[in-house]
Amino acid sequence: MSIDRPRDVHGILRYATAPGSSSFTEFVAAAAPELLPGRTGNLGAAVPHGTTIVAAIFADGVVMAGDRRATAGNLIAQRDIEKVFATDDYSLVGIAGAAGIAVEIVRLYQVELEHYEKIEGTQLTLDGKANRLGTMIRGNLAEAMQGLAVVPLFAGFDLDAEDAANAGRIFSFDVTGGRYPEQYHHGVGSGSLFARGALKKLWRPGLSRDEIVRVVVEALYDAADDDAATGGPDLTRRIFPVVMTATSSGTERVPETELDTVVRAILADREARPGA
Amino acid sequence: MSIPFYASAEQIMRDRSEYARKGIARGRGVVVTTYADGVLFVAENASSALHKVSEIYDRIGFAGVGKYNEYENLRVAGIRLADLRGYSYDRRDVTARALANAYAQTLGSIFTEQQKPYEVEICVAEVGVGPDDDQMYRLTYDGTIVDEPEFLAMGGQADLLTNEMRAAFAPRLALREALAGAVHALGSVGGTNGAKRALPANQLEVAVLDRTRGKRKFRRITGPALSELLPDAEAAPAESGDTAPAGSVETAPTDTGATPEATPETTEQQPEA
Repeated sequence: MSIDRPRDVHGILRYATAPGSSSFTEFVAAAAPELLPGRTGNLGAAVPHGTTIVAAIFADGVVMAGDRRATAGNLIAQRDIEKVFATDDYSLVGIAGAAGIAVEIVRLYQVELEHYEKIEGTQLTLDGKANRLGTMIRGNLAEAMQGLAVVPLFAGFDLDAEDAANAGRIFSFDVTGGRYPEQYHHGVGSGSLFARGALKKLWRPGLSRDEIVRVVVEALYDAADDDAATGGPDLTRRIFPVVMTATSSGTERVPETELDTVVRAILADREARPGA
Repeated sequence: MSIPFYASAEQIMRDRSEYARKGIARGRGVVVTTYADGVLFVAENASSALHKVSEIYDRIGFAGVGKYNEYENLRVAGIRLADLRGYSYDRRDVTARALANAYAQTLGSIFTEQQKPYEVEICVAEVGVGPDDDQMYRLTYDGTIVDEPEFLAMGGQADLLTNEMRAAFAPRLALREALAGAVHALGSVGGTNGAKRALPANQLEVAVLDRTRGKRKFRRITGPALSELLPDAEAAPAESGDTAPAGSVETAPTDTGATPEATPETTEQQPEA
């Protein structure tokens, strides 16, 4: 007849009986496991897949860009899907893989970071954020083995870095949750081979924001050039890649009007050099 | 020593109420008030790590007085409930009203079913799109829920504090004026022989739910930003010895000011039982 912490607790306190953990994912797994992504067991035959994401360091932090196409088999499932997200004030996630599960994992991850921040009163370190994402990807391993892999790219501005020039950092992951810090730039998804080739030629240390925006858009253009599952910029429908930056002043999405100018400049340059 | 075989329900509830009230009256006060851009929380709190005021969700804030471990427990439960709701439905489906109801149910059950009631009083506030849409709910140890339209004061000598706030409050004040009023009210109670106390920035925990902000409306005001907002007299460092030792929040019996018996029992509602 203990009265201090009964198991059949009252109302809202059943959400507070487990002491300790600040993890929202662990809490959902205990309180409402059916809400977790990838626990449905009902897998569609041809679910939409997302494709190319690139990230690169620049003078003020880090930039991430993703194309807008989702494919299901040989068909285009969506032309304007968004695959790059701000997960909190200083970090970005881009996703390649099964779109439905990937978007849900990002949504859970966003709550995870905010939940920790509210309960603990402080943000996770950038390495802590990357580790949490790795754990969540590992949780999706069973689905990955059935062809529903999700491979994110994580980038953020490290508030603990000694100087701002080295504060932008990039992490890649594999389906088992392995976490790999990347130098300078990286890409994931089916078109990433071509995008990374382009980045190797275009990227230089200490690029400004405007320069790096052009570099990543051009890398995605090259990926779309050679990979059928990556969408290029669509001037008739005004669909441009999603480009976001994370700097000391927070995350920011590059506006469409600016991307329009950048894309037109790239197209004009390519027109002058059709062999490029 | 004789063992009482029977105690009336009335007697039990009265004892529990008295017990909870004594615990709450031992601590320092918190003022929650509306102002032009939303809701302002001002707590007297010497600790910069153990908070009395917290963010719950995008538009919802929390303030608690009483026993730290108990209102901290309620705070964490509130964040978990809100995040779970927002994740399973939509962010806009998380409301202060639902959260306040959940708190009321819990506090009510604990009060009637457990031997020791929670020695807490909490406030759940939500900022709306306009000043008329702001909501503040006061929840007491027995699960009583009160919708406060303008301001509320909790903690030690809450009645005196409420009177001070009533004099200082005006609708839609600017942040600076609203903060000055709240800090003045907090400084007016708890001094030796009714003397006014100066509350410097390091004795205050201040936060706002600011409707002009982006997605997350809650913002703490600390350090230079707080000193700059405070009236000059209050911002000056206090040399008085009545500051609580660092780390003691609420429960330290050394807390100065109000003796438990000094708190009049006027405005607080009786339990429903």
